Order: sequence, then C-alpha cells, then structure tokens
Amino acid sequence: MKKFAPLPHGLRRKGGTPSRRYVLRGLAGSAVVLASPAVLAKQPAQVVVVGGGFAGATAARTLALSDEIAVTLIEPQAQYTACPLSNAVVGGFRELKAQQFGYDAFPKSQIKVIPQRAISVDVAARRLRLENGTEITYDRLILAPGIELRFDALKGYSEKAAETLPHAWKAGEQTLLLRRQLEAMSNGGVVVMSVPANPYRCPPGPYERASLIAHYLKAKKPRSKLIVLDAKDSFSKQKLFEAAWQELYPGLIEWVPLSSGGQVVEVDAATKTLITDFGKHKAAVANIIPPQSAGQFAHIAGVADNTGWCPVDPITFESRLQPNIHVIGDAIIAGGMPKSAFSANSQAKVCASAVMQLLRGETPLGQKLINTCYSLVAPDYGISIAGVFEPRNGLLTEVAGGVSPAAKPRDFRAQEARYAQEWFETLTHAVYG
Amino acid sequence: MAAPRIMVNVPKTAARGEIVEIKTLIAHKMETGHRMGLNGQRIPRDIINRFECTYNGALVFAADLFPAVSANPFIAFTTVAVASGTLKFRWVDDHGKVSTTSAKITVT
Repeated sequence: MKKFAPLPHGLRRKGGTPSRRYVLRGLAGSAVVLASPAVLAKQPAQVVVVGGGFAGATAARTLALSDEIAVTLIEPQAQYTACPLSNAVVGGFRELKAQQFGYDAFPKSQIKVIPQRAISVDVAARRLRLENGTEITYDRLILAPGIELRFDALKGYSEKAAETLPHAWKAGEQTLLLRRQLEAMSNGGVVVMSVPANPYRCPPGPYERASLIAHYLKAKKPRSKLIVLDAKDSFSKQKLFEAAWQELYPGLIEWVPLSSGGQVVEVDAATKTLITDFGKHKAAVANIIPPQSAGQFAHIAGVADNTGWCPVDPITFESRLQPNIHVIGDAIIAGGMPKSAFSANSQAKVCASAVMQLLRGETPLGQKLINTCYSLVAPDYGISIAGVFEPRNGLLTEVAGGVSPAAKPRDFRAQEARYAQEWFETLTHAVYG
Repeated sequence: MAAPRIMVNVPKTAARGEIVEIKTLIAHKMETGHRMGLNGQRIPRDIINRFECTYNGALVFAADLFPAVSANPFIAFTTVAVASGTLKFRWVDDHGKVSTTSAKITVT
C-alpha cells in the first residue's frame, strides 16, 4: 500500500469543477482517504440497482450525485407505469399515458441503464447475472423489486383468470381492462371488489378505487352498485372515506368487513363469482386485488423471509438475510411505514446516502423518513395522510403524522385534490424528469 | 343488548358419509381483561369462553376459548354428514349470555 497515494480517481468530480467535498477531502489527508475500500481500488465503487420503479429510480439518481460511485440500473422495461393516480384511469377521467415514464432523462454519463432482467445473484462473489448472460460485479447491490401478486394465495385466481377478473394492481394493461369492463357493463350491473388482508401495496388504494368506481357509476350507470368485500375490519383514512361516501355516493358502496364475512376465499372466473366464507357474490365486473409478496427477484436473491417480505436494517436498508444487498420500496418489512411511492422515494434517498457512507467506511446514522399519500374520492375531492418515521427497535416506527381534518367544506377537499395532482407531478419530475 | 351478529355456513346438501366443512363467526369484542382503559382502570374481561355444535342432538364439536382469541371469533371445523337434520350452534360469554343459531342439512 502506497503511503502517499495520488488523488484517487474516485475523488474526481465527473466533468466539473472541484466540489467542496473534493477540497475538504484533500485537506483531510490520506488517512481518511485510505480508509475507504472503494478508494483503495482506485475506481469508483460499483453500485448496481435492480428495478426502475419509484424506489430504484430514486436510488440510482441519488447515487449519481456522488462522484465516488458508478451507478448501474437494471430494468427490463423501457417504460414505467406509475400506480399513484392510476385509479383515476379506472374511473375514466385520466389517460394511462399520464402515468408512464421513461429513463431518457437520466444523466447518461452517471447512470448506466441496462434494459435487462436480473436472473440471479452470487452473494459471496458479489456478482449479478442478467438474462442475456452478462455478469456484473458490485460493491453494493440495491434491490427495488416491488411486489408480486400471489396468484397461488386465492383459490381459482391465476394470471389467466385475471384476464376476466382484473387485479389492476400493477398499473398498465390491467388498469385499462378494468376501465373497459366498467364501460361495457350495463346500467344496473353489480361491481364487486375483493381487498386482501395487510400488508399490501398502497393501503388506501382499494378505497380510493372504490370511490372512483362509484364516481363513474353515479354518472354513467346510476342503477349499478359496488360491493367491497374486505379481509380486514378497518382501513386507512376510513372515517374520511366513509364520510365522503355518505356525502357523495349514498347507498352506492356497500363495504363488507371481515367480521361480516367479507374475506374472499375463492373466485370463479367463468361465472364471475366471488366466494366468501359465508356467501357468494356474482359480479357483472369483478376487481380482485389478491394477496401480495415482495417481487420475484427478492425471492431469487434470498432477501425475503417466510412472510414473503424482506427484513432490512431501518438505518441502511441492508438486508438482514444477505450481506451487501440493500432492499427498498414495497418489498420490505418497514414497520409502520406504508407501501407507497413516496415511502419508496424516502427510503431510496436514505438508503443511497447510507450506501455512500458505507462505501467510505463511515457509519450511517438513522434518519427520519416521510410519507405523504393522497387519495381521490372524486376528481375534485381529495384526502391525505402523512407520517414521519424513524428507526426504533429495528423497525421504522411512526413518530408523527395525521390525516386530513374531518368535516371540512368542499373547497378544502377540492384543494387537496389539486395537491394530489401536484404531488404526483413533483414526485415523478424528481424521479423521472 | 342487541343479539350479536352470527354467521354460519353449512352445506345445504351432502352425500351420506361425506366430510363437510362448517364455518361460524360471531361478532364479539373479546376483551382480554389485560388492557387499561383511558381512566387507568383495567377493562374487565369479556370474552366468548365456550362454543358448541350439536348435530341432531349429538355434540360433534366444542371449544373452550381464551383471551388470546381475536375479536369476532371465526371457527371452522369438519364433521361427517350422517343423516338429514339440524346443526345447532351455541356460544357462551363471560356474563353467561348464550347466543344460538341453527342450520339444516339434507343428506342423501
């Protein structure tokens, strides 16, 4: 080991003037510099991100701010279809195109985007294998695998059955299918939704969807009804949703909780029938939101436990099961933090900063994370929830938060509906713009 | 106090000798007796502590319930369809209050 190493490559800013950190690092002397394993290799540290949703794309862009890290993003799809606001597509007042984002705006000199599927990982060798046979070695791997719909967890449901009974829980063609089915349904037809037990992606999502389907029915199919069969007895923003349903859609939505026999245990695609423990519901249009687990690659990489989700350290988001692999977004067990786009974005930033620190040989400190989430009850009626979370007892624990106040005039709700739109534009611009 | 909501699911028909699944649910808060109220006093225990099912008068299933059982206890079990007749269900809570319902089955 050279005692007086020349300025390592990793400290050079990519095509810019020396940063403040560059100067400070220079002053700090070689002792600090040599402490970093990445610097010893005289190469930028290799960080590979798998998955280009809100979590993965945010992580890649945050890491790209560092001149000490070479970032690679592995994402097979050229286009990402965002879930937030996709219920408005189901409700017929938003186009799917408004939900779609690509990676063209990513700084090419700083993020290498590889349009491939990751198929396996050699944890000991820190090597990721892609579908085309390419192998990529990494110093740290960040997985943002999202969710997998558990077709095995609901009798009668399958990918094939989803062509008749759409889940629309991964935005895209399924979202449009559900919308087309609602449009084709005759006035008076019964729409039935099935909502799973916790945990699942977007806790208030099913109720926003119920609201916006009701909004469509009220305008276009006023003799129709919506039955929501739920495997839970309570849900996110419940009081606000129920008050809004009473106000906007009286008698239109029937919510059947677990304790009233709401849990769907079987579906029959041929007859569009949902079977609960105590009864059967024949639907004109059925939306089945099935139980979920961490995305498939989490299972391949061995970072998911027997709950189907990924336990992580809440400070670094490093997997508790595999070293040098971090997991973020909907796939993780995040304690009190809900599975949402904003949570994923917060986690990705904290994870990226922890990864930078770990690569420098520093010890990351716990940070606070924020989630905000808007739900539309009608195009001009929004409600929200916000929470602040911090690492406590090995999990992310809510330390502050709240929901929209009850009993507010309609202009207040209309303002929140506008905020929802702005929230989406701000977030997607920051991540994909 | 109003009668609690009770749901049972018994097949309307079954072949003789067939094993049939029976599902039951009763709405009940199942207060454990371990929780403190807002006034700092312990909330008294109030649970369903006994469930029984008879089939044409014969006891075919029974369970003692304890505070660890969740609210709105859901109990599913199987029995053999031996003859047409009536299944009677009975829940007893800590106050001795008895809730009942029944269902008919036709065995062919």
